[in-house]
Amino acid sequence: MIVAKRKPFEEIKDLIQGYKNVLVVGCGTCVAVCLAGGAKEVSVLAAELRLNQKSEPDPAQFGEATVQRQCDREFLSELDDLVGEYDALLSMACGAGIQFLAERFPDTPVFPAVDTSFIGVNQDVGWYEERCKACGSCVLGMTAGICPVTMCAKSLFNGPCGGTNEGSCEIHPDQPCAWHLIYERLARQGRLDKIMEICPANDWRNQKPQTLIQPSYEERYEATK
Amino acid sequence: MKSGSKLEKILEAGHFAFTGELGPPRSASIEAIRTKAGHLKGVVDSVNITDNQTAVVRMSSWAASLLALEAGLEPNYQMVCRDRNRLAMQSDILGAYAMGIRNMLCLSGDHQQFGDHPQCKGVFDIDSMQLIQAVKNMRDNAAFINGQEMDEPPRMFIGAAANPFAEPFEWRVYRLAKKINAGADFIQTQCIYNMAKMREWIKRARDMGLTEKVYILAGITPMKSLGMARYMKSKVPGMDVPDEIINRLKGVEKKQQGKEGIAIACEQIQEFKEMEGVAGVHLMAIEWEHRVPEIAEQAGMLPRPEV
Repeated sequence: MIVAKRKPFEEIKDLIQGYKNVLVVGCGTCVAVCLAGGAKEVSVLAAELRLNQKSEPDPAQFGEATVQRQCDREFLSELDDLVGEYDALLSMACGAGIQFLAERFPDTPVFPAVDTSFIGVNQDVGWYEERCKACGSCVLGMTAGICPVTMCAKSLFNGPCGGTNEGSCEIHPDQPCAWHLIYERLARQGRLDKIMEICPANDWRNQKPQTLIQPSYEERYEATK
Repeated sequence: MKSGSKLEKILEAGHFAFTGELGPPRSASIEAIRTKAGHLKGVVDSVNITDNQTAVVRMSSWAASLLALEAGLEPNYQMVCRDRNRLAMQSDILGAYAMGIRNMLCLSGDHQQFGDHPQCKGVFDIDSMQLIQAVKNMRDNAAFINGQEMDEPPRMFIGAAANPFAEPFEWRVYRLAKKINAGADFIQTQCIYNMAKMREWIKRARDMGLTEKVYILAGITPMKSLGMARYMKSKVPGMDVPDEIINRLKGVEKKQQGKEGIAIACEQIQEFKEMEGVAGVHLMAIEWEHRVPEIAEQAGMLPRPEV
């Protein structure tokens, strides 16, 4: 899932300063699971904002709405009749959702209430770890299911470097050395031959905005190209 | 001859090579380089010019290499993967060769977090293994990474680093083998203090026939003080400093610790001269360039052979 973190309250406050009627928009998928921007977090943020405005002579108003996915038009359409009542939107979705919201309502300013952090996994409640950089050319088959692009601080394809320290990465003792783990798992599986060969320079397919159409839908979208 | 560099000739002729290091200044000072170069001239066969060492901004390694060349030294131009992508790397290699640089050391580079701009974006478009391969491909096949050809290739003598001490120890010789397969002509190791482990590593390299395929230069950094030794032991990742070294420095007066550090380094050099599979030493006297002549003298490395 996509993992995000709510921005500091002061920063959010500054972003929406001057707007009198703000709709806080949550997203019910990734950011809800990682406890950053679901319905519950929307109501907490709205309450904090209201409290902050309490002593103002003309306090701003805050509405709340959460859709299943802000990255999907089908769900965003639920907001069509609501947005007109507000002079700004404060989105708690990931960066993709925020942009899709802004695209749907181009006359209304949209502000981010979260910082989108990474594609990661749920280690435990409230504890998430990054696992994928979406580089576009997956090498997990060679690396025993451990991503060197994400898990190695230098994204090495032929590691480990000389900075590996008793199984830890040089950047922090708590950060395991990805290539140490790769070596151990491949050794365990008897597949060290996978990394004896020099892995060639990567094809970074994430260097420009990307579009993906699944092969079975190619025909359908041919006309719109 | 692959490059015709002095370092290559010395190693080819079977002499025990002696290389040094010159860290470019954190300024545009030509004088800083000339001063350091003055200490090294005639004392070492080639001088590594570091590339934003420890991720701290310094004068570019190619520019400092040219200044070293002007000052009568043969540079070993270091290039890290942290600060530039494959376009910049290949263009710098072409430019460096065009200006007379003949040796290169290909490195991943220390992580940017350790440097003076920890917020910066690390590039790591390719890694050190891929860089070695790219330089070899440029030299031997006159081709760029993308396969396109060039009319005049840069003929570099290709260096790579190896750390005999980092974990997993068993994998280290295989990674060395990978670097040789990628195209490394010579290896400069991480600073060595744990001689027992070094002997074991070089034995494994010999057993695999690797020392026949590549020239290994053992890395040496003399300890300036007990404080430095303690710092290297506890703070520098991948460094293996046995208690024996700490105790030896502890055993002498503070003022004498530098001298003791040099004595240890010279003993190591003596052992490396005898060690089968070691083709030379690489002396990294960090910000101690002015002490290199006396170390060279004391270690019996002078005069340097003419080739």
